[in-house]
Amino acid sequence: MAEYEMVIGLEVHCQLATKTKLFCGCATDGFGAVANTRVCPVCTGQPGVLPVLNKRAVELAFQAALALDCKLADVSIFARKNYFYPDLPKAYQISQYEQPFSQHGRLECRLKDGAAKVVRIHRIHLEEDAGKLLHAIGSEELDHSLVDFNRGGTPLIEIVSEPDIRVSDEAYAYLTALREVLIYSGASRCDLEKGEMRCDANISVRLKGAEKFGTRAEIKNLNSFKNVKDALEYEFRRQVEIVESGGKVVQETRLWNAEKMATFSMRSKEEAHDYRYFPDPDLVPLEAKPAWVAALKAGLPELPAARRARLTSEFRLSSYDAEVLTSKKEVADSFLETMKLLAPEDAKALANLMLNTADFSPIDAPRMAELVTLTRRVITVNKAKELYPELRASGKSPKTLVEEKGLAQVSDEGQLREWVKAALAANPQAAADLRGGKERAIGSIVGAVMKLSKGKANPGLVNKLIKEAVNAGA
Amino acid sequence: MANITREEVQKISKLAKLRLTEKEAELYQAQFSKILDSMAELRQLDTEDVPPTTSVLGLSNVLREDSPAPFGEAEDLLANAPEREGPYYKVRKVIE
Repeated sequence: MAEYEMVIGLEVHCQLATKTKLFCGCATDGFGAVANTRVCPVCTGQPGVLPVLNKRAVELAFQAALALDCKLADVSIFARKNYFYPDLPKAYQISQYEQPFSQHGRLECRLKDGAAKVVRIHRIHLEEDAGKLLHAIGSEELDHSLVDFNRGGTPLIEIVSEPDIRVSDEAYAYLTALREVLIYSGASRCDLEKGEMRCDANISVRLKGAEKFGTRAEIKNLNSFKNVKDALEYEFRRQVEIVESGGKVVQETRLWNAEKMATFSMRSKEEAHDYRYFPDPDLVPLEAKPAWVAALKAGLPELPAARRARLTSEFRLSSYDAEVLTSKKEVADSFLETMKLLAPEDAKALANLMLNTADFSPIDAPRMAELVTLTRRVITVNKAKELYPELRASGKSPKTLVEEKGLAQVSDEGQLREWVKAALAANPQAAADLRGGKERAIGSIVGAVMKLSKGKANPGLVNKLIKEAVNAGA
Repeated sequence: MANITREEVQKISKLAKLRLTEKEAELYQAQFSKILDSMAELRQLDTEDVPPTTSVLGLSNVLREDSPAPFGEAEDLLANAPEREGPYYKVRKVIE
């Protein structure tokens, strides 16, 4: 199959981080709430109501577009996408069609091997979400369906990429980078578990080097990044098999089934594809006025790429460390806040502490800075990591906690010499090796000292004192 | 005279979820054709420098603040449902 390649374009829906719906004042906190408690005459499509656009939704959408290097259209309009489905009470979805609010962006993604890949963004448009359908309660399949409109009318942006993606890993990297940018910009929380970021994939296959695209299938129901990767790999094999055996790929919508690890044709969607879009007469055009756009652009926080660059240049972190630190905004924020209280040479120690502490989540900058300062003389980095969960939970200062637990590092040379002496005596083989010039043997002596000191011996000093003792003929 | 076929009338009525009798279909076929004829008259005008009109109000950016305004009578909406089950609207089984 090596001579074939896949051509992938992704359509990603993200929920904007607003308090209310796109066209009415209903709250968007309906996830997990009692069904149909965040609804009103507008979002349930009662006769005679009028939609009014949410300003914040527009601002977040514009900021997302700016963060993705998109051009904002001077004027965009809303259109009705008409179809009948029980999750759509008006029998049309308010979306954007011919004049979306933004087009022509780009997103740089990083692949596992560190290489960069640019995926162009075709367009981004604003639209409202549909309601939610329930076909089963728990494991019990219903003989009817139930509808909850809490989600109906929630503001979404749909981000459509160009067909620039060629392998499933690139799709994964694109989604990861996209999620990072949207979270950093504040446009969306992108909580996958709550369905705040959803992806459909268009995929076709062609011989490597061919110019023309093959016939594509659209795959839906991809609710995790891993699903996207798995589904693309499955679909690639399926399409190549069809082409290889002389058949033709049919243009259709297919559903990913994560349990069966396969895609299945979704025939019911076939004939419904005539949406008869037309401009929504209830809504006036949306104008991206220059002063407004400039203010929104100025209000954008530092984005992941810029931040990574700053962490490597200003703080001399490795690109790997910078990458991991920036992958969670709150961790990177905490790093930068803490560094304001520390010297530049502490950057590496702070990064280590953050990256090597299991399930790290930030505490306030003053305490974090104090903890790093303590690792210079008073406690070892390992002790600091051990201490971290309690530090977080208790709200105590690192100094207080270290004192309470008697963890302070021992740097008293008299005490350390005693431990060194005992360690050498207890490990005659290692001691002999060390005297014979096998420098590596020092490790087990240091280990023995650490054991004797219950981890409190200052490791730098211990090393020095062991060498002194050996050279003095101990 | 524009020529709308019977098949097109059937397709449009299907998309609108309308079931037409033969007689109705015949009537709409003629009416649709007349409507298109009227539109065709407009097509004779030179609209080269006229931007497409999507709204005649001359307004833009009619916006509201993002502050929650709960409706408070959600139960009344549900009461209008032909069928309900607990807090849900109940509909015929739809499954993909």
